[in-house]
Amino acid sequence: MGMTVVEKILARATGQEKVKAGDVLEPKVDLAMSHENAALVINQFKEIYKGTNLKANVWDPSKIAIIFDHRVPAESAKTATNQKKIREFVAEQGIDKFHDIRADEGGICHQVLPESGYVRPGAVIVGTDSHTTTHGAMGAFSFGIGATEMASVWTLGTVLNVEVPKTIKVIVNGKFNENVGPKDLILYIIGKLTAQGANFKVIEFHGETIKNMSLSGRLVLCNMSVEAGATSGIVPADKETERYLREVAGVTDEINFVAPDEDADYVQVMEINTAVIQPQVACPNTVDNVKQVSTVTDKKINQIVIGSCTNGRLDDLKTAADILRDKKISKGVRMLVFPASWRIYKEALNEGYVSDLINAGAVVMNPGCGCCLGVHQGALGDGEVSLSTTNRNFKGRMGNPNAEVYLCSPAVAASSAITGYITVPEKGNN
Amino acid sequence: MGKVVLKLGNDISTDAIYPGRFMATVLPTETPQYCFADYTGFNTKARTEGFPPGSFIVADDNFGCGSSREQAASTIKGYELKVVAKGFARIFLQNAINLGLHCIECPKIEASEGDELELKGTKLLNKTTGKEFDVLPMPAARQAIIDADGLIAYTRKRLLEKQKA
Ligand code: SF4
Repeated sequence: MGMTVVEKILARATGQEKVKAGDVLEPKVDLAMSHENAALVINQFKEIYKGTNLKANVWDPSKIAIIFDHRVPAESAKTATNQKKIREFVAEQGIDKFHDIRADEGGICHQVLPESGYVRPGAVIVGTDSHTTTHGAMGAFSFGIGATEMASVWTLGTVLNVEVPKTIKVIVNGKFNENVGPKDLILYIIGKLTAQGANFKVIEFHGETIKNMSLSGRLVLCNMSVEAGATSGIVPADKETERYLREVAGVTDEINFVAPDEDADYVQVMEINTAVIQPQVACPNTVDNVKQVSTVTDKKINQIVIGSCTNGRLDDLKTAADILRDKKISKGVRMLVFPASWRIYKEALNEGYVSDLINAGAVVMNPGCGCCLGVHQGALGDGEVSLSTTNRNFKGRMGNPNAEVYLCSPAVAASSAITGYITVPEKGNN
Repeated sequence: MGKVVLKLGNDISTDAIYPGRFMATVLPTETPQYCFADYTGFNTKARTEGFPPGSFIVADDNFGCGSSREQAASTIKGYELKVVAKGFARIFLQNAINLGLHCIECPKIEASEGDELELKGTKLLNKTTGKEFDVLPMPAARQAIIDADGLIAYTRKRLLEKQKA
């Protein structure tokens, strides 16, 4: 029996010929990412060294990345103090993959990592964020861990006790219908798999549709794989991965393409033809409560959000700008746009998308997580409804347990901004 | 032995256990005050009266889905509660083990608030209904962390071994 992509990556990271699902391993880590929760990691890291008479130095500062994104600029004295503590630690340890609250380097961790060339196919990546699954889009095995586990990684350079996950193979063929794209596809898949259908498993994406999909779209698929419970999503690296690494991330060194064996062992195979997929929406309060947009079009919206690590990339902003150009957002609706990074923000400025959105009435905010996790900006009032291109709609997710969150693609969000109701995008947009 | 103090359904997210708006609070000594903050009855009782140590939270499948926030484990641990669920989400379960929060995977559990539960080896007995349920064993690798009293102590041990080698 051959190996899946993740099995191959883990074999390399542990120096073995062969590994199989169920084995318990201690792989070496190529990149360890944190955001503001590095404050807790630092705390736990120092705890580990207590009483050892050893100086608390991280195992390899060049393999640690810290990106401020969740609450930028700081919303409270507490957050600001956490950020200050992290800055001091970063300087003391010599961590240079550090992205502060600055317009020349900042953004959401799951965009900053790929665009900075920190993610490589075949790498083992861990992050103190559940959406670390995103980086599987570049052919890495990338998964979320907690802060104490990260402190252990900073100490030892390995992740302890990784049980090699089983893999679900998802094969997608066909051309997308008009106004349907990667976000609709992944919502459709989560609806089928359910919120726990991929628990402790990896989703490996294959098929013509994936092959023809831009890296930006693949990031959407892997980002949301965790919403089906997956340890990680993964798209085996190919020409498109190489294009992105060379043209966007500026990587010049050798690329390690890891493909699965023909006879790899999959726990489940799911085949999808995109012809059956129409615009999708995840209804409150679980991400697997997925319906066709056409069945919920009477729902009135108070706030539209476009952005986040799921759909805050340049193609997403373009889609929204194309729909909203020379139009107006419906009265009584507020629309907030959070580009995924400052680099994307600047590109969107140069392309004129930011003007299109502002002229329509959207508020374009600074890149960051913004209202996605309900701590910082754009809170909802009691009984209000938000339609958002983010990735979670749990009760209370956007800061108010008495509000509702629906999840959709940028095309659906922008079209709904014009009408004020959840709306199927008109033909001809895209 | 202990009473079920909270009974929950499927897909209880980390946003329900520890809402994102309290995430700037990180220290295990400070997180318990926001435990299930939006379940106001439970939260008020926890903060004012507390529960006898060893009381249970019982849930259906996929408990702890969502974010990697470790506060979701430390906030429950603060009350010395045990969590029984039909299934757990991966990151939450690992965080719980790392911090020493006792999680019991019991795929067939049936219990209501107020029921009295007792863990007997690989069985969980609902003393109120008289029914007994199988508990899934912990993989050996996870047991090593539990036996070492959590991941901090376990990593410290590994670090010292590495220094000697
Ligand atoms: S944008 Fe939302 S989902 Fe993405 S990292 Fe930030 S808080 Fe998490």
